[in-house]
Amino acid sequence: MLKYIVKRLLLLIPVIIGTSALVFFIMALAPGDPATAILGADAEPEAIEYLREELGLNDPEIVQYGRYMWDLIHGDLGESYLTGKSVLEEYFLRFPATFKLTLWSMVIALLISIPIGIISAVKQYSLIDNVGMVAALAGLSIPNFWLGLMLIMVFSLNLGLLPSGGATAPGAVILPAITIGTGMTATITRMTRSSMLETVRQDYIRTARAKGVSSRKVITKHALRNALIPIVTVVCMNFGYCLAGAATSEVVFSWPGIGRLTIDAINSQDRPLAIGCLIMTAIMISICNAIMDILYSVIDPRIRLSGGGKK
Amino acid sequence: MKKNKKGVSTTTNGRKNISKKRDIWNRFKRNRNALIGMAITIIFVFIAVFAPLLVDYDEEVIKVDVPNRLQLPGGEHPLGTDEAGRDILARLIYASRMSLAIGVMAVTCSIAAGIVLGSIAGYYGGKIETVIMRICDIFDGVPSFLLALTITAAFGASVFTLMLAIAIGGFAGQSRIIRGAVLTVKGQEYVEAAKALGAKNWQIIFHHIIPNCIAVIIVQFSVKIAEGILTASALSFLGLGVLPPDPEWGAMLAGGRAYLLDNPYLTLFPGLCIMIVILAFNMLGDGLRDSLDPRLKR
Repeated sequence: MLKYIVKRLLLLIPVIIGTSALVFFIMALAPGDPATAILGADAEPEAIEYLREELGLNDPEIVQYGRYMWDLIHGDLGESYLTGKSVLEEYFLRFPATFKLTLWSMVIALLISIPIGIISAVKQYSLIDNVGMVAALAGLSIPNFWLGLMLIMVFSLNLGLLPSGGATAPGAVILPAITIGTGMTATITRMTRSSMLETVRQDYIRTARAKGVSSRKVITKHALRNALIPIVTVVCMNFGYCLAGAATSEVVFSWPGIGRLTIDAINSQDRPLAIGCLIMTAIMISICNAIMDILYSVIDPRIRLSGGGKK
Repeated sequence: MKKNKKGVSTTTNGRKNISKKRDIWNRFKRNRNALIGMAITIIFVFIAVFAPLLVDYDEEVIKVDVPNRLQLPGGEHPLGTDEAGRDILARLIYASRMSLAIGVMAVTCSIAAGIVLGSIAGYYGGKIETVIMRICDIFDGVPSFLLALTITAAFGASVFTLMLAIAIGGFAGQSRIIRGAVLTVKGQEYVEAAKALGAKNWQIIFHHIIPNCIAVIIVQFSVKIAEGILTASALSFLGLGVLPPDPEWGAMLAGGRAYLLDNPYLTLFPGLCIMIVILAFNMLGDGLRDSLDPRLKR
């Protein structure tokens, strides 16, 4: 286990180098100038030049990137151009909000998707299966920024039941969590159904039934457990992507999370903050993938961690 | 003898292909959802292609008409007018042109890149594969939406940047999927046979490998177009895609946000359009997958 964790940590190094290089050079190649973005277009040219010198923007890009990587090796992701605060401080200030939203969305998604997925598979082509699958397809197709706006329109503006934005008011997490949870529910339901369908056709399920095991036990103990791997995969992937900040939903609900922080940083050409956020995002996704691998080996002891194989 | 052998194989292949196509079509047309998806897609493509015949771009789509602003649906404007007095139906029609064009172009680019990189990586293996896949890893490290966002924010919002950004955001995933498909085809006997007959590597890739991965490519294409349209509208919603006064569903949604309480139809209709188109492409994609590869049928 320890060996596995060390291996995964070492694998983070190329991820960090790759992500930082990619984002750094995209932003460095862009025509805009961060110094002008900070001071405004009508600032004195001398002031802009002074700031460029101070931020090191006059050096060649490769030198700037080398300097950035040198700081990164020392655990320093730099400071935000706009607020002057350290990037990590800014990130972890927003992280709890995104984490909370992710957890709530996931709870909603799991509570709905797993039972519906199982029932759909067990009673294939029944009414519940047909309705469930059409709903899942619709859920997959709804743009979440639009769903968010529609929920605000109905539940906040017209009914006045729930707050339309921010994270402080009681119940503020409900609408954004439903918004993000809808897409997740759809994906997990479809995956649960297809994975269960494949499992319930296996010989060992027939054997279990023939032995006289109760239908309920066959489904929960024999079928579900063996169908879990693809389900865990989509759950972990969705979790990882949501931790990256469901950017558009966060914007719609003025949710003070990572997604909005990242968008604001990218839009205002706050290079250190934008690169820092995206590196942290890549790290979070890698952590979720590692957890996914560990869960695989818990679910199916035949999968060994040190082998590095997933399936 | 060689010629004879080749001739025989082509005819059997040819015959086999015809019945296979019919077989696929038979499976496809039994799937009601897939047919509905295809019908809706065709309708939207028609609207997009013939938009200039349906509405007058200068008069109805972009001309500001302040006295007629925010009119409720009905009468002269079936879906009402927006905050600048422009006819919403006319704008929706033109926006379908924009959204579909962006989706199709972006996904064509990313799949083309995916086919080239994925088949090279899968076919040659070794160091070439390692290099290509590590490059894909780098692009995969950042979620494709955030990568597209970074590119459009850095290079300025425009239709071209938007297409490029979506294509760059998606090509790594495509390469990976196509590489996987190539790996399963590569070991087949007909590839070995082609090698034994002295075919060049590029001939094998273009004549044997890619045609046999076509099922995966077609399914990817229809599913990814849905994703591309969604990304484009999300970026336009954030002000980083198509800029006003050009109509685009996401941008129209963003424009209507301020009028959510009194004029909800400003956000309702563009959102419905996005949803219906994406639903149609997803249904079509599911149907294609099930009929092209019945092993995957759920």
